[in-house]
Amino acid sequence: MSVTPDVQTEEAAQAKAPARRRGRPRSELHPGERRLGLTLILPTIVLLAIVIGYPVVRAIIMSFQKDPGLDPATGLFVTGGNAGFSNYSHWLLEQCKSPSGQVAHCPPGTLGGQFWDSMFVTIFFTICTVVLEVVLGMWMAIVMNRAFTGRALLRASVLVPWAIPTAVTAKLWYFIFAYAGIANHILGTHILWTGGAWASRFAVIIADVWKTTPFIALLILAGLQVIPADVYEAARVDGAGAWQRFTRVTLPLVRPALIVAILFRVLDVLRIYDLPAILTGGGGGTGHATTTLSILVVDQIRQGFNSAAALSTITFLFIFLVAFIFVKFLGANVVQTQQRQQKGAL
Amino acid sequence: MASTTPVTEVHEAPHLEVKHSEITRRRAPFRWSSVRSYLGIVLIVIFCLAPAYWMVVTAFREVGYTFDTTPWPTHVTLDNFKTAFDTSLGNHFGRALVNSVIIGICTTILAVAAGVFAAYALSRLDFPGKFLVLGVILGAAMFPGVALLSPLFQLFTNIHWIGQYQALIIPDISFALPLTVYTLTAFFAEMPWELEESAKVDGATPGQAFRKIILPLAAPGLFTTAILAFIASWNEYLLASELSSDRTQPVTVAIAQFTGNQPHQEPYTAIMAAGTVVCIPLVIMVLILQRRIVAGLTAGGVKG
Repeated sequence: MSVTPDVQTEEAAQAKAPARRRGRPRSELHPGERRLGLTLILPTIVLLAIVIGYPVVRAIIMSFQKDPGLDPATGLFVTGGNAGFSNYSHWLLEQCKSPSGQVAHCPPGTLGGQFWDSMFVTIFFTICTVVLEVVLGMWMAIVMNRAFTGRALLRASVLVPWAIPTAVTAKLWYFIFAYAGIANHILGTHILWTGGAWASRFAVIIADVWKTTPFIALLILAGLQVIPADVYEAARVDGAGAWQRFTRVTLPLVRPALIVAILFRVLDVLRIYDLPAILTGGGGGTGHATTTLSILVVDQIRQGFNSAAALSTITFLFIFLVAFIFVKFLGANVVQTQQRQQKGAL
Repeated sequence: MASTTPVTEVHEAPHLEVKHSEITRRRAPFRWSSVRSYLGIVLIVIFCLAPAYWMVVTAFREVGYTFDTTPWPTHVTLDNFKTAFDTSLGNHFGRALVNSVIIGICTTILAVAAGVFAAYALSRLDFPGKFLVLGVILGAAMFPGVALLSPLFQLFTNIHWIGQYQALIIPDISFALPLTVYTLTAFFAEMPWELEESAKVDGATPGQAFRKIILPLAAPGLFTTAILAFIASWNEYLLASELSSDRTQPVTVAIAQFTGNQPHQEPYTAIMAAGTVVCIPLVIMVLILQRRIVAGLTAGGVKG
């Protein structure tokens, strides 16, 4: 998929399209092209069906089965059986079976009682990081777009945080945020960054902003670079100030690229695992201040696969819902973007 | 903007902007905005490089001076790298490096081998269900890895695959393959396919046209895509942390679980040394291929 075609100027599209059309007119389509296309696509579809399709279907089946364990009501070991929606209500309504066999609210300290907390943490991380990354990334992209000297240096430096594996990033910031570390030294503070509830949340946000802002900046830059200079010149002649040129020219023209970048980032943070898991040991504060939905799934896997499958299905459906809302209401039509590119290429 | 093919380079818009602004700058050499622009560049470079620089400085610092806050290298030593590769404390960093290379190369080969055909079909051929396939592949790219974890963990436990390489390579396909397909689709859409047609008009066989014209043009795009897939697999942590054993764990897991000789005391300098070693191949690749990687990334639009 691509961000580029969306922000292609008419100029660029016109430059390419006629050449393409000449090179490969529609009338040249072979009747065998359909069969060839489907044959070429087949290996990818088969592989994806094995590595994604099978686990998803399996997870949904598992989520309706009981985890093997001691039945609190009878004290007997049960090996499974149909669970109905009990795995889902266990998470969504935080219902657990009490020793007397009654359904009650999950006691604090159990994983079942953490669902809405981790939902809050996940959404909090998503909003904070995406807002910070887009604002900072926009500024970085504008600076990079104006830069004439040191372009290569800039491009190389913004790729460094992106290239460093998240696991290493997490350990690096764990060291920076150590009690005697450089962060407290520079700030002149004595914060327990990976211990306090809010401090550890902000530690995760800061580390994520460092790692991902440059990437956002590159995506926005790609959108900025196809805005022709004469549009700005025209705005300037018409008496638009710097702020007006930004809000009236830059923002509307870069909007499609921006929305796709935001969509990808949102979907990416909603599944965040590596950073909080390593930087704060999945805990922070009282033990689950930075527990995101993904971390909760991994914790649950050690206690029961089927319940974990229900939780991961909830996570997957939630992310799917967010993507749907984005596409529906913000017009982030990724496939259409691709479609437009395909049409341009034909 | 970094261009993907020689053809787009000709039409590149920024060149116009460059000329335009050079004229305005010559007219007014001491503009406040250019000072601000330089300041911005310096701030961005510091923002991006300072934490990475701190990792390298600490990697070369003696253990006793772990929390020395002098901004330049002091008490330089190579001991931390020895500690990082030392296996006596139960860390197998060297083996983990080899594992990451094995997993990364296998994943990349499989993803590119399947993805190149799909990308060719998606960018060059018309067939029913094409946009459905595109949508499925895009959806797959955004799929949360954690949703694969419980069924795969159960399956691999049942068939005794935990601790085998295929248990790490197969799940990695789930993100490497979609990444490969749409990055390559974007590259192929930019290729000057009319050259293939004209070669055929000039009497080349389809085979010759493919070998002599298309392959050399597609090679850089293929190579960039392979690098992106390799980096994505090299950086994977979530699936590997659950599906690997001590024997097959990749570097990301090894670094996250790195233990020191004293309990409750994090061996910071050794971890920073290990982190530096892990980053060296990536940073070298990025520095050599920066233009192509930026092109591939912005075409792909997804974090690798």
